[in-house]
Amino acid sequence: MSDQTDGRLAGVRSALLSIRPNANDGSLTGTSGSSNTEPPEIAAASSESESVSRQGSGADSSASAAASTQPDAETTTTSESGSGLAMPAGDKPLGSPRVDNAVIEARDLDVFYGDTQALHGINMDIPEKEVTALIGPSGCGKSTFLRSINRMNDLIDVARVEGDLHFHGKNVYEDDVDPVALRRKIGMVFQKPNPFPKSIFDNVAYGLRVQGKDDNVEENVLTALERAALLDEVEDQLDESGLDLSGGQQQRLCIARAIATDPEVILMDEPASALDPVATSKIEDLVEELAQEYTVAIVTHNMQQAARISDKTAVFLTGGHLVEFDDTSKIFENPESDRVEDYITGKFG
Amino acid sequence: MSTEPIDLSRNGNDVGTIGDRLARYIFFGCAAVTIATTLAIVLVLVNGATDFFSTVSLTEFFTGTDWSPRAADNPSFGVLPLVWGTLMITVGSALIAIPIGTLTAIYLSEYASSRVRRVVKPTLEILAGIPTIVYGFFALSFITPILQQIYPGTGTFNAAAGAIVVGVMIIPMVSSISEDAMSSVPDSLRNAAYGLGATKFEVSTQVVLPASLSGILAAYVLAISRAIGETMAVTLAAGALAQVTMNPFAEIQTMTAYMVEIGTGDASVGSIGYQSLFAIGLTLFAMTFLMNVLSMWIRSRYREEYQ
Amino acid sequence: MSTNTDTSTTTTTTTTTSTGGDPDGFDPDGNGFDFDGSSIKRKHQLGTIFLGLCFAATMVGIVALVALLADVLLEARGWLTWEFLTYPPSQIAENYVPSNYGDLATGPGGMYPMIIGSIYLIIMTAIFTLFLGVGAAIYLEEYAPDSSLTRFIEANIANLAGVPSIVYGLLGLAVFVRAMQTGASLIAGALTLTLLILPIVIVQSQESLRAVPDSMRQASYGTGATKWQTIRNVVLPEAVPGIMTGIILSLSRAIGETAPILMVGAATTMFTPPDLTDPTGSFGAMPMQIYEWAKMPEAEFQHVAAAGIVVLLTILLLMNAVAILIRNKYDKRS
Repeated sequence: MSDQTDGRLAGVRSALLSIRPNANDGSLTGTSGSSNTEPPEIAAASSESESVSRQGSGADSSASAAASTQPDAETTTTSESGSGLAMPAGDKPLGSPRVDNAVIEARDLDVFYGDTQALHGINMDIPEKEVTALIGPSGCGKSTFLRSINRMNDLIDVARVEGDLHFHGKNVYEDDVDPVALRRKIGMVFQKPNPFPKSIFDNVAYGLRVQGKDDNVEENVLTALERAALLDEVEDQLDESGLDLSGGQQQRLCIARAIATDPEVILMDEPASALDPVATSKIEDLVEELAQEYTVAIVTHNMQQAARISDKTAVFLTGGHLVEFDDTSKIFENPESDRVEDYITGKFG
Repeated sequence: MSTEPIDLSRNGNDVGTIGDRLARYIFFGCAAVTIATTLAIVLVLVNGATDFFSTVSLTEFFTGTDWSPRAADNPSFGVLPLVWGTLMITVGSALIAIPIGTLTAIYLSEYASSRVRRVVKPTLEILAGIPTIVYGFFALSFITPILQQIYPGTGTFNAAAGAIVVGVMIIPMVSSISEDAMSSVPDSLRNAAYGLGATKFEVSTQVVLPASLSGILAAYVLAISRAIGETMAVTLAAGALAQVTMNPFAEIQTMTAYMVEIGTGDASVGSIGYQSLFAIGLTLFAMTFLMNVLSMWIRSRYREEYQ
Repeated sequence: MSTNTDTSTTTTTTTTTSTGGDPDGFDPDGNGFDFDGSSIKRKHQLGTIFLGLCFAATMVGIVALVALLADVLLEARGWLTWEFLTYPPSQIAENYVPSNYGDLATGPGGMYPMIIGSIYLIIMTAIFTLFLGVGAAIYLEEYAPDSSLTRFIEANIANLAGVPSIVYGLLGLAVFVRAMQTGASLIAGALTLTLLILPIVIVQSQESLRAVPDSMRQASYGTGATKWQTIRNVVLPEAVPGIMTGIILSLSRAIGETAPILMVGAATTMFTPPDLTDPTGSFGAMPMQIYEWAKMPEAEFQHVAAAGIVVLLTILLLMNAVAILIRNKYDKRS
């Protein structure tokens, strides 16, 4: 009999702690009554939140959405290049936010965490089979934007999205869109490597299995590991735990897991920020490699990294505003915005 | 721009949304069982008690001082002797557990090394994990003989032995929950007092104790609630003689012990004895419910104070 | 007494005062500051007395535990035999005396049917509890919105954890035995015990689910898994050790509970184990038999009850050991 011997006591005690979320023992807190308004790290998922309440226009017209949220916005931008959805002039970032080969088009996208607005009227495109870097200082909303693309923000109870985000011309925030189906098209790699406590093989096979792609699992796993430039290192230890790998290997495992199901778009949320320089360089090579077949959007706070690997760069500055979007070379050599120039040259941020 | 049609709809994919929704309903059903349990407890008790009170008046039940349900002619249903018995056990056990438990908590939280605490705390919690029937046996075979040595008039069944074993049983309830509360007092508070030249004794009693008072009080209330509902130990130790007495060495009967008496007998459904179970049960439930709510209320006040 | 007066881990930084009796001043000459003043000395004496009190109080609980275990073991010594474990009980005290076994026409007395009854009871309770407790915890942790209904359910669970066990017995008597016509059967007993331990199992399972890092859930959602796939494939496997530990510990409470099964109508004495093919048949369990023995006036039965208690406590100990093994095995990982 041990410290847990008495179920009664343990039960009562933890019930008490759950009533008092501010007790010092963090692991027990917050079951009830914690209507937190600060942006949480994805809280325990609730399927209620799977349908993020969406205000603004129900139709897929960005113009009407723009009209409802931005009364003074111009609704036509005929002078712009690009052939996709129009972008309201009022909230358009500097640079060339529209691209010809857009897969993803954000139009007047606002994201709120409770009462805090994390993104303000984002308008930008993400081009197909290129690398788009999202850069900016901490708290500028770049990760929030990334998470709104595959509706990972749905998992946060207090998150709310307004405006439109089109994937192949379909607004993903419409009621008939299943976020699960969306995420099968748009894979994700997270900041911290998060392999499952399963074998290397099962980690990569996980997506295939949950998506019912049960044919040729082995072949697909090996291909994904190969593409993630990991196969050579782990070929003999596919049955060992993914947690036994080094940090850089873990992250490449997570990339393999994301691409195994063959999504169209891969979102990467600072995938190298937790890694050493050598591992980082491997990830960077991999990202450039992946762009030949996938559309990649990558959040980074490392400007050199963005300059090295991306084709387009979006600069977010404080308070959730997208300030400038353009070809990476343009952003780093001759940005339109002085604030962006200051940021790039390290004067702040 | 690639505009080939894309299907992201719920129905267009084999993502098993039906299974997903089904899982949700099943799990909600499991959680709803707990609500149903509470409802059923209240319904069952109120229903049975209503039958009982159609025979026995509320006044007689709550003010009568004679509990003799089996008297052949003129049975009497005054609950006060049973409440008195419960009260004797509760007060007696609280007199034992509250000082001992509180001092233990202070020792563990403020004085003991973490190694000592890691051993002593779970060891004490074993006390709360031992089946109550074992405490009843312990009272009969160990406590009562000792009491009889000290005070020869002690009966085989007596309130004191019951109160002692229930008191021992709830020590860990007081000490563990109080210790949790004391440990959650921030060190900065202690350091501030030490910085002013306070001794450890002063810090413990004048800083830590007041700061964790509501957590400690909640522990007391829970422990008392547990003592009120304690059944087998008091049935074996304190006996089955419903009477109002001040003598702790005399036999008494608690509400729970009466329920055991009827429960082991063959009270037929519909008999007044069977119905009285529910009247007593409702009284017991109401008492413990109030204590539980009180302890939650104390806790929620605490949260307000320290936010 | 040798206690660590100054090694409290909660006050690691600034504890410079000593509670020992020695003067702790820095001014042996007596001029200047009065570090060794009589008022401070008195305070330290008071502190020493207080520490002594606290330590003595802590010892009370430990001594009580030792006394209880020693009492039971001494009373049971010589009475706990293999026959005691394998024979049905007897009404005659002499039948339990090991030295009499050879002379008995009827065979020795024991508690075999009750041991089997308790095991059946606990297995059935485990099945019901596993399903209901884990299901409810999954709902509350993974599905439930942050609504007033959810908060009500959680407050209700906290309250249920404080309802006396004998009240659950009344519930079982009225709902299962009478209304559902199960009779005083194993199933009525198991359902009653399930409801009794459900609040604790739910709270402990919730804690285990909450301990699964959210990065795992996100990784799963990121690959396009549904909620249920995420729970089944990622969250539950991670939480299972903690959940199992909680359930086993709760069951070890259930196996010692007397009042609920007594109210449901468990038999005080059974001469054969419960018949699993007869769902409404009567049943007995160890604590009921111990209660019966402990009430008997004959001195022999006190030893018999003690032997029964040793058996019960041994089973409790084994269940706890299993729970600790599970916890330690999985604690080391990650």
